[in-house]
Amino acid sequence: MRIQLDFMAVLAQWPLLLKGVAWTLALTAVAVVIGTLLGIACAWVRGRGFGDTLAPGWLKALVAGYVELIRNTPFIVQLFFIFFGLPAAGFRLSAETASVIAMVVNLGAYAAEIIRAGLEATPKGQIEAAASLALNRWQTFVRVVLPPALKKVWPGLVSQIIIVMLGSSVCGQISTQELSYAADLIQSRNFRSFESFIVVGAIYLLLSIAVRHALNGLAARFLFGRG
Amino acid sequence: MVDFSLWDIVRNLLLAARWTVSLSLIAFIGGGLVGLLLLMLRLTKRPLAEAFVGAYVQLFQGVPLLVQLFLAYYGLGLFGIDTSAWVAAGMGLTLYTSAFLTEIWRGCVGAIPRGQWEASQSLALNFGEQLRYVILPQAVRIAIPPTVGFLVQVIKGTALASVIGFMELTKVGKTIANATLNPFLVFSCVALIYFLLCFPISRYAKSLERKLHVAR
Repeated sequence: MRIQLDFMAVLAQWPLLLKGVAWTLALTAVAVVIGTLLGIACAWVRGRGFGDTLAPGWLKALVAGYVELIRNTPFIVQLFFIFFGLPAAGFRLSAETASVIAMVVNLGAYAAEIIRAGLEATPKGQIEAAASLALNRWQTFVRVVLPPALKKVWPGLVSQIIIVMLGSSVCGQISTQELSYAADLIQSRNFRSFESFIVVGAIYLLLSIAVRHALNGLAARFLFGRG
Repeated sequence: MVDFSLWDIVRNLLLAARWTVSLSLIAFIGGGLVGLLLLMLRLTKRPLAEAFVGAYVQLFQGVPLLVQLFLAYYGLGLFGIDTSAWVAAGMGLTLYTSAFLTEIWRGCVGAIPRGQWEASQSLALNFGEQLRYVILPQAVRIAIPPTVGFLVQVIKGTALASVIGFMELTKVGKTIANATLNPFLVFSCVALIYFLLCFPISRYAKSLERKLHVAR
């Protein structure tokens, strides 16, 4: 038996692939921005040792529960819960909205733990210096504690962002039209299933390499300046 | 239409969780063996072997597990092998796990000071003996906490086997949700079972890590 692979049949559907890439990148971009902010907020609530946070005990417990719950359940179950489960409770969401919410909630929990490690590594002198300059808590956190902490954990955060981007392939299961959904659509048109997923896998590989370079190089320079 | 009581739902989900656990163990043990092989290959320091393992790790870490599972599923069929969901999911998850474990373990071996290699070499131990008597016993100690932690990733990864028709916890959950028209309750139970599986392992990994830092 000879196996004949026909990649041209898949590549001929390039508009679908392009649309898939655009959706994957768009979902990821939105999730990264909101998810990182959520992560910073949760890290602030949970963290210790960079000036006492004002968060009340119940809020700390709530955030701890959220972080552990998300980190110990699969993304696909979180997505199904949001997309299939919440409408039963009265929240009707489009597939795209459900995908973004799932990705934000997922990244937020992981980012919280990563950023917390950075916050807790703040030298005590920094906070004392900020206090002696009469900065209030908010100014101390946003201007003194947070920037170096983010810079310290940035590579770890970038790895997590890549994981979330690759994880977004699951969103195709609820008919969000991202890259792996495109593969499914193409194989249903020309029955070249193996080739479709090889092509899409290769695109994901290129995307993950490109996004890592972009975030570690350009974005880091933009966010943190030189050095 | 069959009526499902809460106990029916939970019982069926728990029965399905057996397959989640079995698949996790297969992937973890298989992935561990392949990962160990790759680690040995890398430690030989032959440029070709190092390049191969590097590419292997990059490939499996840069492509979504979902796509890997589809490739295993359709790929095996293409080569004329009877593709049961077991074979495809087992193989896909084993390869995925091996790439991550070999990378974790490389870091652990890399953390052993060079002097240990040099000292064992000066005692006329050959490469295998250096690994066996000097390097690995120390590396294993550092490697245990992250390896246990990765088991959680494997368990969560098996949830994706549902998309190629493997009847594990997530797939059965989806089926029951469709049958009972109560996805909110069913997916809550599914999430809870995953949590009960993963959370103790996460805690254990964390406590192991803490112990290791105290010992140093």
